[in-house]
Amino acid sequence: MSVIAPKFRLGYLIKAITDNIFWIIVLLTLIGLPAVMIVLIYIDFPVIDGEIWNPFRVFDAMTHPERSLPLVKNFMQTDFFKIAVFPGLGFAALIGGGVIFVERKLLAKLQLRVGPFYCGKVEGILQLVADGLKLISKEIIIPAKADKPIFWAAPVLFAATAAAFVALIPVAPGWVVADIDLGLLAVFAVIGFFPIITILSAWSANSKYPFIGGIRALFQMVSFEIPLILSLLGIVMLTGTLDLVEIIESQVNFPWIIFMPIGAIVFFICILAELERIPFDLPEAESEIVAGWLTEFSGMMYGLVQLGTYIKLYAFAALFVVMFLGGWNGPWVFPIEPIAEVITDGIVIMPGALTVELPGLPLFSQEMINGTIWFVLKTVGVIFFILLPRGVFPRVRIDLLLKIGWYKLIVLAFVNIFIALALVYSGVIGPGGIM
Amino acid sequence: MTSQANPKNKEILPGLQLETVDDKIMTLNVGPQHPGSGHMRIILKIDGDYIVHCDPDPGYVHRGEEKMAEYRNYITNIPHLERPVIHDSCNILYPYCLGVEELLGLEVPERAKYLRVIASELNRCVYTQYWLAIYGIFLGHSTMFMWPMGDRELVIDLLEKMTGARVTHSYFVPGGVRNDTPPNFEDVCLRQVNYFEKRLKEYADIFYDNPILISRTKDTGILSREDAIKLGTTGSVLRASGVDFDIRKKEPYDVYEELDFQTNVLKEGDSYARSKIPWLDMFESCRIIRDALQKMPKSGSVRIKLKPNPKGGDTEVYRRVESGRGSLGMHIVSRGKPQPYRLKISVGSFRNLIAMPHLLTGEMLGNMPAVYWSLNYWPVEADR
Repeated sequence: MSVIAPKFRLGYLIKAITDNIFWIIVLLTLIGLPAVMIVLIYIDFPVIDGEIWNPFRVFDAMTHPERSLPLVKNFMQTDFFKIAVFPGLGFAALIGGGVIFVERKLLAKLQLRVGPFYCGKVEGILQLVADGLKLISKEIIIPAKADKPIFWAAPVLFAATAAAFVALIPVAPGWVVADIDLGLLAVFAVIGFFPIITILSAWSANSKYPFIGGIRALFQMVSFEIPLILSLLGIVMLTGTLDLVEIIESQVNFPWIIFMPIGAIVFFICILAELERIPFDLPEAESEIVAGWLTEFSGMMYGLVQLGTYIKLYAFAALFVVMFLGGWNGPWVFPIEPIAEVITDGIVIMPGALTVELPGLPLFSQEMINGTIWFVLKTVGVIFFILLPRGVFPRVRIDLLLKIGWYKLIVLAFVNIFIALALVYSGVIGPGGIM
Repeated sequence: MTSQANPKNKEILPGLQLETVDDKIMTLNVGPQHPGSGHMRIILKIDGDYIVHCDPDPGYVHRGEEKMAEYRNYITNIPHLERPVIHDSCNILYPYCLGVEELLGLEVPERAKYLRVIASELNRCVYTQYWLAIYGIFLGHSTMFMWPMGDRELVIDLLEKMTGARVTHSYFVPGGVRNDTPPNFEDVCLRQVNYFEKRLKEYADIFYDNPILISRTKDTGILSREDAIKLGTTGSVLRASGVDFDIRKKEPYDVYEELDFQTNVLKEGDSYARSKIPWLDMFESCRIIRDALQKMPKSGSVRIKLKPNPKGGDTEVYRRVESGRGSLGMHIVSRGKPQPYRLKISVGSFRNLIAMPHLLTGEMLGNMPAVYWSLNYWPVEADR
């Protein structure tokens, strides 16, 4: 009766494996290696320490860690590393993944439950991986009457725009993907893309609930972008620059939140609305419009939108840190200079002996490590406050939301601008001020 | 404006009319597969963000309980009659048992009467907690979904000790209750009810005093006192509109007249008042349980023995009780047979649903969940 499922035999299994290995070897030698060789001719290998590198030397250096060090160092100064790994997408996605985990556990603790518990044995730490695998393996269903090219493009555009936002954020001295003079203006330009993508995806789905959700998102984002931009103008007046790096450097002594608390509060509320987080999650209000503009997304399309959302969350929190909390500025975690000479029983210990050698120092400068630590700490703190309202507040209604945006936040943002003007004209701070 | 539907069909089938194509009005089918609908469909016509027409379409979970009751005798009717509201199963069996006892001329022992009151008040708390959890998640408040669900377990544990089942208890039988309580039930019950009341007070901090909740639900879906009476609403909806009507007070059954409690009445008649009344009623339930535990005879019979296949006379009875959703009545027609000739269940859910089109027309779409669930409506019970 075993017609459908043939009996298992060890010989068949071994034969299948050897067949696979055979074909892999054949294809590699016939196609793979020639292709690699053809490509390698056209790649310029760097000259490091007077040596010209070639593939053979790279393989050779792998066996000697101290020889491969300059190679790694060289790689870390390329744009590719900055975009893909450290201040760019990889770093943001890592923080975003951590945020998802912390959000689940934090919300669970607020609501007297345990949250993710089994995946990865330790407190469900691999739950995100499991969810990602599930999303990848699911079928992507597209409505029959959808505008397919735009519908396909929307999640990709959303994630890409979020990543573009990340590229503008300086993380540590010298570590920013796109260091441009008008950084803040570029940030406003990138934020302006989100409502367009949202309404495009909502319109192209050709379904009622995404349409309502998209219109709501458009209303919400447009009406909260104005106070968001206005709340940051006070700092621009005080510093006289739009460059994010210069804004951070102006906060060496004190962060701007001391002088601009109203601006910080307005900006924080606008962040919540821009990120569509509770209490402003109307575009995704479950009990009213199913999932809002995300209703028709399935499988990894939904996953991409979620990835974009969390990268956006990191980017907004990082922008808050850059503008109000002083970015990477902070006291030295590890002392770079000897603090004092230690005298014990007449023995003087030389100052050089007290300098702490950090792990990874040959690759990263100490300033960069210190800056990154402070930046991440501050960002995580801001993200914590962004997550917290989810456990406390219900959702607001669209008319109340617009009232908050237009009546209250814009007025408060102007109050903030007047404070900034008063500070500048009285000569306390600002260009040519006392401090 | 092109109308595809025959205007005559519109009148015949109110729930299934074809969509009138209009460039301004959009028809939304909220349900039956929608996270904010329950087991029913609400056909909304919206103009921008305002609802211009609302048509609730229940009937997706109709089980024919009334017809099933005609083929089973008075005892075997019990397990299936509690199905419409499994969270409030004691209260839906209460009028049935009262009616059958009147029909068969049974006198219930004193201790059983108190046990019935305790069980039905505990069950009211279970139902209201479930309802409150869903009200929380309908408004986007996920903590308010989890807290009542977790605290509900306390009461469910008590009912499990009492009846042996967690949800569908089948505890009430004609002539008393099915079994007596375990030995230390009084102490455990008192302790857990006190803790439960302490937890209930914390809901005010996170939910009822929340400024966003108040701004969302105040002055939405206002049901005036006259309309509430005219539309025939009952229970918490009626009491939130300023009508002091509680069957436990007005037509006391079993031992309710000996117990110390009060009726909560609010005058506003909006969604906020309607959502607050069941929560306030849970405090009264705790009060009733404590009082009943004190006054209950410590020992005695809980059930009188029935003849096999008891037959009713050639009469009809109608008894009603105050359930978690309002007045719940059962009309039993007997023709001298072991089975009822006809059993009619009159439920509070369906009577409150009638107020829904009245309340939702003219509201915003964002108010739909807040108004809909504040009506204390349980779709399965309404369909019976």
